[in-house]
Amino acid sequence: MSLLEVSGLRISYGGSSVVDGVDFAVANGESVGVVGESGSGKSQTALALLGLLPADAVVEGSVEFDGQQIIGAPEEKLNKLRGTRIAMIFQDPMQALNPYLRVGRQLSEVLRQHQLAEGQQARKTVLEMLTRVGLSDAERQYRAYPHELSGGMRQRVMIASALITGPDLLIADEPTTALDVTVQAQILDLLEELRDDTALLLITHDLGIVAGRCERLLVFEGGQLVESGATTSLFAAPRHEHTRKLLEAAPRVDVGKTLAPAADKSILSVEDVAVQYRSNRGEKLDAVTSVSLSLREGETLAIVGESGSGKSSLVRGLLGLVPMSSGKLVFAGEALSGPVQKRTLQELKSLQLVFQDPVSALNPQMTVGKIVAEPLEVHAKGISASERESRALKMLSKVGLDKALSDRYSHQLSGGQAQRVAIARALILEPKVLVCDEAVAALDGSARERVLDVIKSAQAETGLSVIFISHDLGVVRSVSHRVAVMYLGRLVEIAENGVLFATPRHPYTRALLASIPVADPRAKIVRAPLQGEVPSALEPPAGCVFHTRCPFVDDACKASAPELRDVAGSRVACLRAGQIQNATEKPPSELPSAHR
Amino acid sequence: MKKSVAILILILVIAIVGPWISPHDYAAVDFSRILQSPSLGGMHWFGTDALGRDLFVRTLLGIRVTLLVAVVASLVSLVIGVTYGAVAGYVGGRVDAIMMRFVDTLYALPFIFFVILLMVAFERNFFLIFVAIGAINWLDMARIVRGQTLSLREREFVDAAKLIGVRTPQIISRHIAPNLIGIVVVYVTLTIPQAILVESFLSFLGLGVQEPQTSLGALVDEGVNHMEGASWLLLIPASLLALILMCFNFLGDGLRDHFDARNGS
Repeated sequence: MSLLEVSGLRISYGGSSVVDGVDFAVANGESVGVVGESGSGKSQTALALLGLLPADAVVEGSVEFDGQQIIGAPEEKLNKLRGTRIAMIFQDPMQALNPYLRVGRQLSEVLRQHQLAEGQQARKTVLEMLTRVGLSDAERQYRAYPHELSGGMRQRVMIASALITGPDLLIADEPTTALDVTVQAQILDLLEELRDDTALLLITHDLGIVAGRCERLLVFEGGQLVESGATTSLFAAPRHEHTRKLLEAAPRVDVGKTLAPAADKSILSVEDVAVQYRSNRGEKLDAVTSVSLSLREGETLAIVGESGSGKSSLVRGLLGLVPMSSGKLVFAGEALSGPVQKRTLQELKSLQLVFQDPVSALNPQMTVGKIVAEPLEVHAKGISASERESRALKMLSKVGLDKALSDRYSHQLSGGQAQRVAIARALILEPKVLVCDEAVAALDGSARERVLDVIKSAQAETGLSVIFISHDLGVVRSVSHRVAVMYLGRLVEIAENGVLFATPRHPYTRALLASIPVADPRAKIVRAPLQGEVPSALEPPAGCVFHTRCPFVDDACKASAPELRDVAGSRVACLRAGQIQNATEKPPSELPSAHR
Repeated sequence: MKKSVAILILILVIAIVGPWISPHDYAAVDFSRILQSPSLGGMHWFGTDALGRDLFVRTLLGIRVTLLVAVVASLVSLVIGVTYGAVAGYVGGRVDAIMMRFVDTLYALPFIFFVILLMVAFERNFFLIFVAIGAINWLDMARIVRGQTLSLREREFVDAAKLIGVRTPQIISRHIAPNLIGIVVVYVTLTIPQAILVESFLSFLGLGVQEPQTSLGALVDEGVNHMEGASWLLLIPASLLALILMCFNFLGDGLRDHFDARNGS
């Protein structure tokens, strides 16, 4: 008999259904991946399994867990099941942890609530669990408040709290979406390692995550379960149209075409730029330390790195949105003044930015038409309002948006539409350089493709140069000519796209590439290549900043910081770059302590 | 919310038109008709007060005065508070620190003491009540608007405007101010009842409007003196005051829900 049996599940809000007749089953100890784009009903289904849907949801059908009906069950009974037999891990651990309680207290609460252990016994169990999820110095984490932990550590705590009662079913809803790729790999390893005979329902939009880790897959689209089957056969021969589309849209770093190289003429160069922030307590934080690079005409330069790598600070510095503490900008042969307020209209016009969150980048009180026409009000003072309007409409149709949208407000648009409005606003000034700061990170597969197409066609048409910031190497692989890798405010490697992905020279680049989940169940699953997380920029490690996590570290790395130098077609900042290509990595046990 | 607006409009219309078409004058004393009880069939719907004046007309007059004081005082606080708060919040840094410490200093002044001083130093007049109420209300408004501006300033559409080349005054007027409307409108509908209460309180203490002018607060004060025997003198203005206050509060709540929903988060 299966552990969980869902049949004819329907969920609707006020007459419109979000889940429409879903049947599936999960057996004991099985790992099942649930994939689909946002709005496909996968998270709603998960909430229904736990009886956690909001009160205005109308739920029909049956969800049986170990023979007990969940739908319509009294709260008391559900409370007993949740926590002890079914556990859940959410995307954002910060929202699932109580910020006012110490971690240890929250975990022992779980034990006490379910009468599993009390007092010293509970404390012992919690400490054991914290150690098992890979938190070194469990005693210290026991006393920590959630905000004192990093994102990855918090997610470890969540896993500890979910598994501490030894549940039969673990539901993980996008457990790694908010994490950096190297940390994501660690968390996925941990989930697999710890779950033993607990059945796992892993909900995600990323096919790479489920490819090697789940036995079976359920594909959701528009509230329906459109395909299910064993992972390998589903990847090999998808039967449903939508599965095929998802597979095609999944970014791959192992395969990719190489773009024709751009003209070797620099349009924007950044020399020795540093950005420093000062915290409220007066501490100095070096977000960017002495970065130099140049952007060629018509080129797409990708800047990649995990959060805290300084990639956003770097472009904000060059756009003049944050003050640079030192360094020089040269645009088209002339020095560019620093702060945005001091730039001439001509300078402003040449550099435009597309933000990560399109909703926050559009003024909620302005219509789409007004937003797109606003730059013309400033830059083309001579033209009439109707001329502005018609140019804005033209621009909208160029980015593939219907004219009818011009009267809408940003909250009436989908994420992809809003992002295209933001691009239209940036492109209407015909800039020379477009900076895209994680411009597609918030978008699903198909919307992402459309936004990337808009950028690419603008580039083909006007010879636009693009700085493309992303943490998603799959996207970077497909759009960029050159790739720059940043770590802790420093540029560690820069190379042509094909060169970098084929022969990454810096150990950090190698680890980044190895951490990306490959959407192919036949590909060998690589265990997380890096342990620990990015150190705090308030106290960067001495010598090479990467030495605390580097598998190839030796004494020289701890003593002196490497400069960028040429290594076989790449520029790399690593003392050992020439030697490590064939070196074997040290086993993790010999690594320096993974957790600060 | 719709009901609150309807009731408020109805009250407003009656208060404006009523005294005008009524045969009675609000100041006309008639000692032959002292303390008559309310009768819908008789001459005085709401009865008469201790001087024989028609309570219906006087109540309507009181509503007029009360609403006028409240609305004018709220508008004063709106204009000063929003400008002050938005500038302090957007400019930030030292300017913000100095401007907000000034607000803190004003906050520290004991309000009643301040009003009594004003009333003693100058002749008691209508204008002073506006000044007194506006002077405290704008402080709250400035703080709220500043806080909201601080968070709006960090929003990406403000960065986008800077990159386009929009100048600071336009950023404040086009990108910051319109996004404050939600919270400001809500807050104004909540300051109006506050101003009404303050005015009533002042009138109740005898520091408000002067006879034969009247306000709801002054009428309640008078009513308290005749609570035994002529309870309508207290009950009618007091319940109208409560009704108006409730309508504004419901309106404020409704507007808040409305704007929250629109902002989506």
